[in-house]
Amino acid sequence: MSAAQWRRAMNAGAGRNAWSRPPSLPARRGPASGAGATGTAASPAQSIAGAIRTIGVRHVAVLLVVLVYPWVATPFFVYQIGGQALVLGLIALSLTFLGGSGGMVSLAQMSIAGLAGYMVAIFGIAGEAQGGASSLGWPWWIAVPIGVAIAALFATFVGWLSVRTEGIYTIMITLAIGVSFYYLAQQNYSIFGGHQGFNQVHAPVVLDIDFSKPVPYYYLALFWALAGYFFIKYLLRAPFGVALQGARENSRRMNALGFDVTAHRVAAYAVAGVLAAIGGVLMTWYNGRISPGSVGVGAMLNILIIAVLGGMRHPIGAFIGAIVFVLVQNFAIDVIARERFNLVIGIVFLSIVLFSPDGLLGLWGYVRTRILAGGVQPKLKGWGVGSTRREPARMRNGGTAADR
Amino acid sequence: MSTSGRFWTWFWLAVIAVPLVVFVVWANVTNPRQFVSTLLNGVTLAALYFLVASGFTLVFGLMRNVNLAHGSLFLLGAYIGWVVGDASDNWFLAIAAGFASAALVGFLLQVSVFRFMQGQELRQTMVTIGISIVLADLMLWCFGGEIYSFDPPRAIFTTMPMVVVGKYPAYRLVVLGIAIVVGLVLWLFLNRTKVGMMIRAGVDDRQMLAASGVNVQRVFAITFAIGAGLAGLAGVIGGTALSISPGEDTRYLMASLVVVIVGGMGSIPGAAVGALLIGLAEQFGLSYAPTYGVVFTFLIMVLVLAFRPTGILGRRST
Repeated sequence: MSAAQWRRAMNAGAGRNAWSRPPSLPARRGPASGAGATGTAASPAQSIAGAIRTIGVRHVAVLLVVLVYPWVATPFFVYQIGGQALVLGLIALSLTFLGGSGGMVSLAQMSIAGLAGYMVAIFGIAGEAQGGASSLGWPWWIAVPIGVAIAALFATFVGWLSVRTEGIYTIMITLAIGVSFYYLAQQNYSIFGGHQGFNQVHAPVVLDIDFSKPVPYYYLALFWALAGYFFIKYLLRAPFGVALQGARENSRRMNALGFDVTAHRVAAYAVAGVLAAIGGVLMTWYNGRISPGSVGVGAMLNILIIAVLGGMRHPIGAFIGAIVFVLVQNFAIDVIARERFNLVIGIVFLSIVLFSPDGLLGLWGYVRTRILAGGVQPKLKGWGVGSTRREPARMRNGGTAADR
Repeated sequence: MSTSGRFWTWFWLAVIAVPLVVFVVWANVTNPRQFVSTLLNGVTLAALYFLVASGFTLVFGLMRNVNLAHGSLFLLGAYIGWVVGDASDNWFLAIAAGFASAALVGFLLQVSVFRFMQGQELRQTMVTIGISIVLADLMLWCFGGEIYSFDPPRAIFTTMPMVVVGKYPAYRLVVLGIAIVVGLVLWLFLNRTKVGMMIRAGVDDRQMLAASGVNVQRVFAITFAIGAGLAGLAGVIGGTALSISPGEDTRYLMASLVVVIVGGMGSIPGAAVGALLIGLAEQFGLSYAPTYGVVFTFLIMVLVLAFRPTGILGRRST
């Protein structure tokens, strides 16, 4: 690293910080103004108090809607639309967390989710698999924690591998890992059940509640989706999350301040892995089966599409993206033939990436600031996909190892 | 390097090399025929992988554009080559058509999309993902799910005598020959022509190249066209060796990704080394441990990333 480059990098960072913080911003902390802009860490008690203070009408309204929804909607809408959107949203949330706050776009989140699903099928109760693979038939309260733990370990391993390089390489490496896992699951009959995978992996019956029925399943998914959402919201304001965002902005500075950037990033992968694993278990119960198709490239890209569609700027984007995705998936049949779903979603994804890099949230922010508020500049610092615009030159030239 | 550092290097080399040597000796003693034919298969598969990955790494080296639509360009070249080959009954025309069509699509993509988002790597990658989804579905729409196979000239589709194995399909050796020729042409193009010089200069310092009066956008467009064209060329050649069907795009995208990660991102010799390693690993895996074959590929990738994050021949960016 030459002195000139070092100076340029530091100046780029300093310049951005100077103008990225609006000087006269009142202490309005709606959920949309995100933890990214306010760089202070809060203790749990403070942040809970802060959260209560900022509860608005829309939060109560959204909570009421999601709670009452199963009582007014048909079972199809509760299960196929509601349940699926919540579970896909939870998996996409893990990517939103990694990509939005850590700047690491991992395509392997679906593989981690799928591994958890496979482990639940292998350790828990599943139907007879092809080619000699059989499940151990342990009860769900043993199989699920084991599955989540193994998937989280795998996620940590993926993180350890991919944080060795930075930026654009992450996508390549995680895609390669994910596709490897897909081929392994497809080739291997003795453990993963080969092409067919495992059938009849059903949600358990607990306290006489059958969680494979639409309404209980919906509430189960809702519980974990809300838990994941609020956990990520909290984490983004905790010291860990703030340090992670600092590392995204300027990893060398964070290193100089004494933070172990690599450790933070690997830990972020582990946290995201737990979320994805829980989503994966729920997804397997939703489908009632797990097969290589659930972890194929299409499925991996679907998670990316959901996260980008909603916008990685805020955790809620994952769920907005999931709802839109599931609706398109189920109702594209009415507009155009069902087989052409990929074409529709591909074009939607392309136009979002081309015209609104911050997803639907970015679109909403644009509408609110430009049209409703009459030409005021957006005061949010765009992060996630769009933030690459502000990367200093060294990132564009592919600075990797020298940064750390 | 300090003495202890050198010790560890040798230690890890020994950890990797000793089991390999033991395996080679064991395989040669028990069944030399299987070993040699696997070796040949591995090398010829590596040739195919090199053809696909060289275009990928060329584009990445100059433009930092991770073209995840590379597999789709491979499949597109294969399908269009098949249509032309079927109509004209000429396999060489099919190769030319595969190269030209993929190159044209690549050129159009660079001129109409990627030049407007220069430097936004993540966004470019997202766009290539979107394009790959759309292209894959359009091709499925046009060509259906059937498996297509080419009809190459009889002369190269026979078997020829070979030591130890007895007979070996000549076409696989033709693929190896084509890969070597393409590699040499690429090397000559990059090292002996003016455009190649500009590309190499652009890999080292894009801004300086632009400042010295070169039309960088034209260099980018040429490079992208060549990179995409190589994918299309590989599509016809690979489609002849195996077959073409939906899903092959993922397979070859995966192959180029791993080859480039292992060999070194943006380096053509790196692509050759990576392709050789991955091709051999895949064939030996399939031959000796069928249901865990992909694990070897994965293991190589993990080892390389652990010890040389930029790849075997990748340069550390300064």
